Amino acid sequence: MARCKKMISIVFFTVLILLFISTGNSIALAKTSNYTYNYDVYGEAVSSPNAYRVSAYLLGTNFDIGAFRDPQGLYVRGNKLYVCDSGNNRIVIITVGDDGSYSISDIITQVTIENAESALNYPMDVFEDNNGDLYIADTNNQRILRLDKDKNFIMELSKPVNETFSETAEFLPTKLVVDKAGRIFVQARNVNKGLMEFDPQGDFAGYMGANRVKVNPIDLFWKNIASRKQRAAMELFVPTEYNNVCIDDRGFIYATNTSSTTDSVRRLNAQGDDILVRNGIEDPVGDLIKGTSSSIEASKFIDVAALENDSYVCFDRTRGRLFVYDSQGNLLYAFGGVGNREGSFLIPVAIEAMGCSLFALDSRTGAVTRFDLTEYGTIINDALTEYKRGHYDESAKKWEEVLKLNGNYDMAYIGIGRSALRTGDYATAMKCFRVKGDFANWSKAFQQYRKLWMEENLRWILLILGALIIGSPLVRGMRKLIKEVREA
Amino acid sequence: MNAALTRITNKAWWARTGKTLKYSLYTITHPFDGFWDLTHEKRGSIAAANILTLLLVFTKIWLVLSPAMWVNLQYFNVFIYIAQTIVPLALWSISNWAITTLLDGKGRLKEIYMATAYAFTPTILMNIVVMIISPVLINTEWALVPFFLNLGRVWSVGLVLAAMMMLHDYSLSKTILSSIITIVGIGVILFVFGIFFSLISDGLAYIVSLYKEIVFRLT
Repeated sequence: MARCKKMISIVFFTVLILLFISTGNSIALAKTSNYTYNYDVYGEAVSSPNAYRVSAYLLGTNFDIGAFRDPQGLYVRGNKLYVCDSGNNRIVIITVGDDGSYSISDIITQVTIENAESALNYPMDVFEDNNGDLYIADTNNQRILRLDKDKNFIMELSKPVNETFSETAEFLPTKLVVDKAGRIFVQARNVNKGLMEFDPQGDFAGYMGANRVKVNPIDLFWKNIASRKQRAAMELFVPTEYNNVCIDDRGFIYATNTSSTTDSVRRLNAQGDDILVRNGIEDPVGDLIKGTSSSIEASKFIDVAALENDSYVCFDRTRGRLFVYDSQGNLLYAFGGVGNREGSFLIPVAIEAMGCSLFALDSRTGAVTRFDLTEYGTIINDALTEYKRGHYDESAKKWEEVLKLNGNYDMAYIGIGRSALRTGDYATAMKCFRVKGDFANWSKAFQQYRKLWMEENLRWILLILGALIIGSPLVRGMRKLIKEVREA
Repeated sequence: MNAALTRITNKAWWARTGKTLKYSLYTITHPFDGFWDLTHEKRGSIAAANILTLLLVFTKIWLVLSPAMWVNLQYFNVFIYIAQTIVPLALWSISNWAITTLLDGKGRLKEIYMATAYAFTPTILMNIVVMIISPVLINTEWALVPFFLNLGRVWSVGLVLAAMMMLHDYSLSKTILSSIITIVGIGVILFVFGIFFSLISDGLAYIVSLYKEIVFRLT
């Protein structure tokens, strides 16, 4: 008997110990075997049907102009695709036909300035404004060129003469956008004060939208007690520079940076404030990394492109993935990867959107990959568009179609829930938000549901309460009476 | 085994357990009288303490499983929740007993366990309160939930102190001091436990590798 007890206690403690050990595990990075995936409410990667598929793979050799060498920039305007073939010092303009044909419409290798030929040197970005004027970030020539629609030289922006810009520093414009007012926003290499803003005349107007500096309190403490010499050797608390910019059709500038200590994608208004909506369960940061393993690198956004219905796509350099977020910052789908397969990338550098199609540029392979929406992706897009227009019923119908294709799609549940909330079907809304674990929206639905329930059942509640209040003295009196009668 | 059977069928035992269990409600509002009488007047019982411990575990698990609490149940492990309650309780009892034996405490191990279990009655009650109110709360009213849960916890910690004070016949300062030493003692126990465990696992690994080596040589 005693031995038996001893055995039981040994087994019990062993189980206990094992339990303690087993709690220490952590899932480092969610893995799916699927090309396209999404994150669920718990931050777990869930496979999903493909929202985009590769529809074309464009190489320089396709057009008999030689392979692209180290291309750095991509730009889309209308049906024209601009490829900055930086290594070959040229800009290739490809016309994309509706039938899926591609043809070279122009190649810019030099500009004529005052009757002198001036060749481009490692151009990294290009932009076309509404008038058809072309802006070229001619990086290694340290200038920005403005050409009219016939590629005639208009003006040149060079290094600003300003006390905020060091005289010895080089002016290396890497990325640029031009807003509707003609202001030019430039990201130059080694400039961390934000985007450099030039007015339409080409004069330097200042910086806008610098990244916020986030300081680790422990680092700050060490820095405070360090000697001057030690301090000089320490990392500076300076904002990180942007690595890419893009402008949406409303004139807001999306900007990305590869820093892990600040928001990796921002949406800047004219004042340079970040107005990106971050209502998703997680901020738009790309892959969600759980645990503390240092061997797993966070996603680093290298480019961003604005899509229709205020959604945007971010290009991750770490794992060559594309993350598409909606206007509220919910992840719609993520896809891609590093590799030599179609739809994978070696060194991702740029992403652009032409309507619903995406063009992704890989600088190692020198290839532009075109992605087109699948049926699944189209329905999701339609659902978002309908919701944005205020057609909540149509939107819910689209989301139901999405659920037929992918029952794990959280956005569909929230979409149905939101439209049910608007139409007053609170029970359905609660059910949908419950599935997604969306407490805030569930609360909105439940508040109304609770109110209606109370209004409907208030008379019964009052009736029961009244009965109790009147009834209990009555019962007590009756009992007393019976007792008295019995005793008598 | 036989004793347990006769106990279960014994009406007097049930009556006494019920009475001692009900006494826990008295102790939470009258901590000093209540915990003095708990051991000195034998108004508490180990059976009731066991039931209270079980209730503590059950209400905690029930709360977590309740859909109204919005807990992620993906990696839910019921054993973790059991261990999270039982292990600290056991460690506290053993450590406190070890410390107070040296510090002229009057309480025995059984009594320390019993008093501590009784002191957690408010936590059980507050768990039940939260269980009732949480399904009708929305996000703006959610602050009530941590309020009630923390109220239960603070109340229980106060009761534990009162219980130890009465049980060991200590002054307040001595109770606080002994409690702090008890917590340090828990740390020491866990440390020794960890060292012991790593030693055992290293020893086992050695034997396993020795066995593997021999098998390699022989085949």
